[in-house]
Amino acid sequence: MSTTDDYAPSRETTEGRVYNLAGGDWDEIFGGTDPIHDERLVLNMGPQHPSTHGVLRLVVELEGETVTDLRTVIGYLHTGIEKNVEFRTWTQGVTFLTRADYLAPLFNETAYCLGVEKLLGVEVPARAQLIRLMMMEINRVSSHWVALATGGMEMGALTAMTNGLRARERCLDMFELITGLRMNHAYVRPGGVAQDLPDEAVPALRKWVTDIRGEIKGLRGLLAGQPIWINRLKDVGWLGVEGCIALGVTGPMLRAAGLPWDIRKTEPYLGYETFDFDVPVQHGGDCWSRFLVRIDEMEQSVRIVEQALDRLEPGPVWVDDPKIAWPAKLAIGPDGMGNSLEHVQKIMSGSMESLIHHFKLVTEGFRVPPGQVYTSVESPRGELSAHVVSDGGTRPYRVHLREPSFVNLQSAAALSVGGMVSDVIASVGSIDPVMGGVDR
Amino acid sequence: MGGPVERPVPDDAAPEQGAADVARATVGTGSADSPFGVERHGMFGVAGSGDTSGFGGLVREPWTPTAAERPYGSYFDDVVDALHEAYPQAGAAIRKVVVDRGELTLHIEREHLLGVAAAMRDDANLRFELCSSVSGVDYLGSAQRLHSVVHLTSMTYRRRVRLEVSVSVEDPHVPSLTGLYPTADWQERETFDMFGIVYDGHPALTRILMPDDWDGHPQRKDYPLGGIPVQYKGATIPPPDERRAYK
Repeated sequence: MSTTDDYAPSRETTEGRVYNLAGGDWDEIFGGTDPIHDERLVLNMGPQHPSTHGVLRLVVELEGETVTDLRTVIGYLHTGIEKNVEFRTWTQGVTFLTRADYLAPLFNETAYCLGVEKLLGVEVPARAQLIRLMMMEINRVSSHWVALATGGMEMGALTAMTNGLRARERCLDMFELITGLRMNHAYVRPGGVAQDLPDEAVPALRKWVTDIRGEIKGLRGLLAGQPIWINRLKDVGWLGVEGCIALGVTGPMLRAAGLPWDIRKTEPYLGYETFDFDVPVQHGGDCWSRFLVRIDEMEQSVRIVEQALDRLEPGPVWVDDPKIAWPAKLAIGPDGMGNSLEHVQKIMSGSMESLIHHFKLVTEGFRVPPGQVYTSVESPRGELSAHVVSDGGTRPYRVHLREPSFVNLQSAAALSVGGMVSDVIASVGSIDPVMGGVDR
Repeated sequence: MGGPVERPVPDDAAPEQGAADVARATVGTGSADSPFGVERHGMFGVAGSGDTSGFGGLVREPWTPTAAERPYGSYFDDVVDALHEAYPQAGAAIRKVVVDRGELTLHIEREHLLGVAAAMRDDANLRFELCSSVSGVDYLGSAQRLHSVVHLTSMTYRRRVRLEVSVSVEDPHVPSLTGLYPTADWQERETFDMFGIVYDGHPALTRILMPDDWDGHPQRKDYPLGGIPVQYKGATIPPPDERRAYK
């Protein structure tokens, strides 16, 4: 058989030899090269691949089974959230930003709303702060459950996935009860939260605390001593504190490397400084440490929710400023969240002034004094910040989300290069990137 | 539908495509105190006839952040003093110091950005180890409208500072921070992608969120947005920045 192919011959390029695998030249391929030490292979993973956390594309360069280079290709889920927000009112902006990191929507909302409130110079009432804080901690638990569930699935631990998603479901049930939605809540808004807790929320949350503690205990029992799980994660995907800081990596990855950096402690917001909780730290800097940190953090979050429940006192959930606070008292009806019936009755047949006020605030929105602020919250993935710029109008002039998923994902190459190709999955899984946040 | 998707063209020199209020823009002088943004008319969404209320005549002044005076308060004096000590040319480097809403902003001349950032990172009294964020803002209407905004965090002292460099569209070059803070890599690529700020010295300044062959920089304020073709008597929905709306 001829060793040349008129249509696709093998050839030398500046990147090395390109082989024609159309057939016929196998002798030549193996004749002149050492198959053990010349197995350079460029492998494309994703963007549609069950282990790449959504639409992440990895281009992995392999030498045998060893990763020699890894490039991350992102942008497949770019939806222009930051640009869209510039054409909505300050309140409507929340409905876009909540969709950025779709596993931690309440953090996106809160980071943005804290920014808007800082620009406005208002502070929301204590009860609204407490509700925000509590909802974020439930969200942290649910987000970590997904991280552990999908991470487990990618490693072949399918029970971790089913158990994890079951536990996450308990968190989503709480969201549904309180906000009316399981995702994309638009619950936290500039000036307060969309509505007060329903009557059944507190008993349901107390039951949630008990249930979720049981789930966490179950997961520990399932995985923390599991030899295959330990072998797959231990000493895999190492990144030390220096590497983390140079690459801007924050959150559980940084704490798993040994630095107890948590914005809830270092720059407290919403009254975190008054709560009794620990910042879990590990020193391995590997996937195993990140796993342990995430489990420990869930326990701490449940502790915070428990304390917040004890402190809940009746009070307003909107700022006492009718120029900012949403005019209607929202209620959950049979078709989802909407204006409460009493309010509709009042503006439609009671008070013309209320109708005008409602109309102005809902269609025009409020004006925010010009300036720029940068507000940070500790999201499940690290420092989530909103850079909010106002030019004095009824719409944000510019909103930029400093997304921890986006920044942390830069470390994928540092975690993977030099390791085995199978460890790429464990490493990328331990970053816990959410592509909605990466691409925005 | 069918056929190739029409892509907007780059429009560095075509301001007429922007919003109606852009046409009335008062272009800044480009001095250190150039206003951020433009004078705005028609805040109630009414232009020309139809406005009988008189409110349509309101004009919003362009916003210019005022330079702060000593003492700045909080830790800001310490930071600025330490920067002057660590970087002798700081006087020339700092165009303006702004203290607003409890946040310190240093407007930096771009020639000095790397020197200032190196001092910020390495000096024992500053220690801004973490580069939290690099992003851009487009203040359309001022001469140096593209701002590259860097947020630095000192984990040692628990401080934050914002460095802001402004450049013009004709000369959108800013030195890259990747040599000092490797985390700036993707964030500068994103800012390049969205605003067209060119970071000199970046190892691979390519698009990151938009497709590689995309034209234009979508988050610029004069980027053409395009309307939505509606198949009803030839009517179309105008682009969002040209619709009647409160501003």
